[in-house]
Amino acid sequence: MAAPTIRSLRSPLGRVRGLGAAKGGTHHWWLQRVTSVALLPLTIWLVFSLARMPDSTWQEATAWIGRPFNAVLLLAFLAAAFHHMAYGLQEVVEDYVRGELAKVGALLALKGACFLLWLSATLAVLRIAI
Amino acid sequence: MSKITDAREAVMVGRRSDGTLVRRPLSPHLQAYDMMQMTSALSITHRITGTLWSIGMIFLVWWLVAAAAGEASFNGAQWFFGSFFGVIGLMGLTAVAWYHTLAGVRHLYWDSGRGFDLPTTYLTGRAVLIGTAALTALTWLIMLITWI
Repeated sequence: MAAPTIRSLRSPLGRVRGLGAAKGGTHHWWLQRVTSVALLPLTIWLVFSLARMPDSTWQEATAWIGRPFNAVLLLAFLAAAFHHMAYGLQEVVEDYVRGELAKVGALLALKGACFLLWLSATLAVLRIAI
Repeated sequence: MSKITDAREAVMVGRRSDGTLVRRPLSPHLQAYDMMQMTSALSITHRITGTLWSIGMIFLVWWLVAAAAGEASFNGAQWFFGSFFGVIGLMGLTAVAWYHTLAGVRHLYWDSGRGFDLPTTYLTGRAVLIGTAALTALTWLIMLITWI
């Protein structure tokens, strides 16, 4: 078998990976879809659950959050939602913020805020549930 | 921003090196698109509702953290959500959440490679709008029934 003729300076491994200078493929796009599929049932559950507790007292609300079923779904919702939110807002920033310094600064602030908000909400649920 | 009613007006008028005029097309932009079309209006609304829901998530975090912090802070959060602006905000957030959810399902349907022809696009677009109205009304009906 004859060796394949190489007409470009790109290595065969580089051509197989097919990512070029972008260094990333469909990871962002795919995870946005995965989290959206996860969020579909979780959102329906959360919205209708919250709709049924408009005048709940602190005792009722913490009892609801602390129930293992609710706590697990809340933690799952928070993880998927903040992941989806960080990725979605990243696209908005990348589309509209001009200038590399402002863009990178906005992205770092955005990711940091999303991470801290997720951590706060998760800690709150865990503290009530455990 | 002057509005261009005909997409053919979205051209750049330039000169060739020999001095003759040339009209080159510009890539589509806000002035060339009629944003009142259902297709583009629903598209930008998906992004806007996604951003608004991100702001709404801050209030969910507040509610959870207040519940974890104790009865006094929880009552403060509940007072806000029950106030005039709180209720208006939550009503808007409900519509925003349902719109983004339904339009998201529409996007997943598109991701499967289906539904790109114009009649189907309009059909699914109207379904998203009607579904948003119906689910928002249902959510608040459930809330009112629980409240009373």
